Amino acid sequence: MSPTSNVDHGPYDGLDATDPAHWAFGTGFADPLDGIDPHVPDGVDRVALAALCLRLGDEALLLSHRLSEWCSRAPDLETDVALANVALDLLGQARLLLARAAVVEPGVVPELPAGSPVPAEDALAFFRDPPAWTGSRTAALANGDFGHTVVRLFLASTVRLVVLQRLTGHPDPVLAAVAAKGVKELTYHRDWSGRWVVTLARGTRESRRRTTAALGQLAPAWAELLDRDPAVRDDVEAVLDQLLDASDLERPDEGGELPDDLPDLLAEMQSVARAHPQGRW
Amino acid sequence: MTGPLYEVFVRAKRGLNHVHVGSLHAADDAMALRNARDVYTRRNEGVSIWVVRADAITASSPDEKEPLFDPAGDKVYRHPTFYEVGDVPHL
Repeated sequence: MSPTSNVDHGPYDGLDATDPAHWAFGTGFADPLDGIDPHVPDGVDRVALAALCLRLGDEALLLSHRLSEWCSRAPDLETDVALANVALDLLGQARLLLARAAVVEPGVVPELPAGSPVPAEDALAFFRDPPAWTGSRTAALANGDFGHTVVRLFLASTVRLVVLQRLTGHPDPVLAAVAAKGVKELTYHRDWSGRWVVTLARGTRESRRRTTAALGQLAPAWAELLDRDPAVRDDVEAVLDQLLDASDLERPDEGGELPDDLPDLLAEMQSVARAHPQGRW
Repeated sequence: MTGPLYEVFVRAKRGLNHVHVGSLHAADDAMALRNARDVYTRRNEGVSIWVVRADAITASSPDEKEPLFDPAGDKVYRHPTFYEVGDVPHL
């Protein structure tokens, strides 16, 4: 090694040995399924597969958007970056799933004028009206305080983790691969949000009050998520009980109804793409 | 709610040792590790993280710089500069 290599240029100098691929995500927005065999195995119902991909993709995109609204507004820098990371994980899942839905069943993609440069995943994300969306009200729910956000994220991650774990054996290899990738991400999301719920519940009187309130407000969210995926009920109930136990919190009544915040979310999320339908991004 | 200050050390995939990369606040040790993952390893920088509370580090004082380090400045015989070093990896 040359003598000059001992000069310290910054805290990341010592990490230079990292694989150069660590910057190599490129700057473009290529088709997320580029290079992947689009073939759907025989015997797989294409309509049902597309609907499943859409439902999982919608859920991820809506929650990702709500989490991204925390950017620059989180309680501290560390939490701001953590929430953005989770949002980006979910956005990545959404892109793969929406793109897969479009490949499997092109009929799900809204029709755009001939010559439109909008790729299928964007058409699904930005040019579908509220009735065509298949995500939960829980995912679209407007953000409350930080306690509300970590409780919602914990509930949604707990259910999605088990759903994705079961899909790793799906006959469609693309969906199975997306699920396998998602399981690692969701494991972290659940762990991170669960730790925050426990920390806030066992923190100050004020943080406990807010966490308890969030859990009460989100009781119908838990009911909704389980109604959407009844098969995972036993697995996820056990996890919730564990969290409540660690947090010394009571299970709230499941009554009440969630507001439908989807139209407001879409109005904002879709406004730029719809204002520039010929835009290239 | 920032919590105590932690110093963060990351080891890269092919790195030999953990390198100090910065600091952060966290509510406890476990959250410090997660915050470090989120803040300092989001671009594949690391495969291992150490966090340590900043107040657990005993540091040398700038006032002690001369007595601590200057005496090493003229001990030329401590440097292996009088013979050829072969092609040894990681040197």
